[in-house]
Amino acid sequence: MSNTIVEVIDVVTRFGPNHVHDGVSLHVCEGEIYGLLGGSGSGKSTLLKQMIMLLRPESGNIHILGQDILDIDHIHADWLRRQWGVLFQSGALFSSMTVADNVGIRLKQETNLSEKIISEIVQVKINMVGLPQHAAELYPAELSGGMIKRAALARALAMDPKLLFLDEPTSGLDPVGAQDFDNLILKLRDMLGITVVMVTHDLDSIWSIVDRFAVLGDKKVVAEGALDDVLKHSHPVVGAFFGGVRGQLRNLNGK
Amino acid sequence: MQTSSPAQFSLIEGNDNELTFKCAGDWTHDVLLDAEKKLSALSDTYNSRTVVWDVSGVGEIDSAGMMLFIHHYDQLQANQCTLIITGARTDFEQLYQLLRQYVIPPVETNRDFRSRLLRPFTTVGKSVSTFIEDVLAFLAFLGESFLAFMYALCHPLSIRYDAIIKNIEDTGVRAMPIIALTSILIGVVITYQGAVQLEKFGAHIFIVDMISISMTRELAPMITAIVVAGRTGSAFTAQIGVMKITEEIDAMRIMGFDPHQYLVVPRITALIIALPLLVIFADLMGLLAGMFISNIHLNLSYSEFIHRLQSALELKHIVIGLIKAPIFAWLIATVACFRGFQVANTTESIGRYTTLSVVNAIFLVIACDAIFSVVLTELGL
Repeated sequence: MSNTIVEVIDVVTRFGPNHVHDGVSLHVCEGEIYGLLGGSGSGKSTLLKQMIMLLRPESGNIHILGQDILDIDHIHADWLRRQWGVLFQSGALFSSMTVADNVGIRLKQETNLSEKIISEIVQVKINMVGLPQHAAELYPAELSGGMIKRAALARALAMDPKLLFLDEPTSGLDPVGAQDFDNLILKLRDMLGITVVMVTHDLDSIWSIVDRFAVLGDKKVVAEGALDDVLKHSHPVVGAFFGGVRGQLRNLNGK
Repeated sequence: MQTSSPAQFSLIEGNDNELTFKCAGDWTHDVLLDAEKKLSALSDTYNSRTVVWDVSGVGEIDSAGMMLFIHHYDQLQANQCTLIITGARTDFEQLYQLLRQYVIPPVETNRDFRSRLLRPFTTVGKSVSTFIEDVLAFLAFLGESFLAFMYALCHPLSIRYDAIIKNIEDTGVRAMPIIALTSILIGVVITYQGAVQLEKFGAHIFIVDMISISMTRELAPMITAIVVAGRTGSAFTAQIGVMKITEEIDAMRIMGFDPHQYLVVPRITALIIALPLLVIFADLMGLLAGMFISNIHLNLSYSEFIHRLQSALELKHIVIGLIKAPIFAWLIATVACFRGFQVANTTESIGRYTTLSVVNAIFLVIACDAIFSVVLTELGL
């Protein structure tokens, strides 16, 4: 369980004169659910986009599954892209395709399996994320917010990824839906042994499913570790997060 | 980065009705092809046999591989075969259990032969009913925008003059280069083709009649309207459509701003003002192009051309051209706004309704021009 899957070392990011990261370092171990926490504008999503090769940091190093993604050739990049699944914040389902086509698109593109087997795999994934069976034939526009997240998760899981990136998986869901989604992620991690990296500012998720997390603030990682370790930090950003009314309520009630 | 070894599958025919399936290699989605072909060729052909399926040789397996296994397992079972699985490792077992709980037996959808025969009729019926719905919705939209216009006329202070001015700039001023280019080219083409024919009769001077009447009465209004339908009509639909998707229109409604008053009336008014001006501009450009080509091709001097123009081009031709322009403008802007409001909540529908808006507007412009042409000729104008 101690294999390092994701390693971010001294990442510096700048948008024009705007410093976003100034020496961010963290690491994610195999099989854990790792949270990236921070206020709006602290560069969580930017860091996630850098990990999945959508953005390039100005300097620093990022290693994923042993590959240096800032110095990687096409073949290795393609291989790496097949190893992970990404759930975008708003789902990013292709609106011209049904849910089933969305989930099955990579299987169709990258394998030579017959239609029948693919559609069975797709149906299993759709059932696995808790969507009703008939949802397969619907278009993204006909789905509710929670169903879109589930369908997007099914798409991210389609290729049996070793690594799952989630960008605010519970945002826009009601508390019950958010809790269901958290449980689903936990269940999938336990069943499939996936490593999960999630951007979140849902305190409930941090309390209930995240094993370790990093708090971003002041352009750096101000605290990293399991919940109890992070709570001991005295950094104002940590204090602001967990010392607020919502955080205190949680502290009192415990896990 | 390790590569998987291809999934392998082999069959050993035993005695006493017994078969042995042997699996080897990695059963992961990228290397399954061979095993899948062999399996699908086999599993259908066996009935009521005893199959010993040895999976001990399977290396890595993912859900694609497991689904392949489950699919054929179920198929053999459906064919009354007795299945014995041997050599399953724990990870194989776990994945099997995991996926098994989510496999739902396929529902037999028996597509009726009759429903297939009826399909063309259903399609026709559906498109007729959508057409009728469209027409009804368009009439409702016309009513709403008419009310908004009446309200604006009664309350001149509520008119958004700044939006009208901005729309005139967007739809009129910024369209001038493309209008100039198209009308010059049309003028050149008409003059060239006419000159060749008229030269045969030695009737050079009549090129002036031809170019001036055809340009001002028919071509300039029509070409301008078509260019504007493509350029402005699509823009209107897309603008309103995006506002619909981002719920801006709903936000306006709940704040008590009538979207018709804020979005539709300024756009229609702006286009009704801008299009006639563009037509005058197109008239001028077309005539200039005609004058230039007549000079080069027929040696008709500029002064001769202008002298002839004064007697050939009656005012009524220009006026008829200009009367059509605001009507075309109203058609284009109304259809574009209507289609914009029809956009539903997918990004794809913006494209569909923008296309529809341009196609509808161009068709309506041409149809309306044809009606004008017939009616005015019958009236002797």
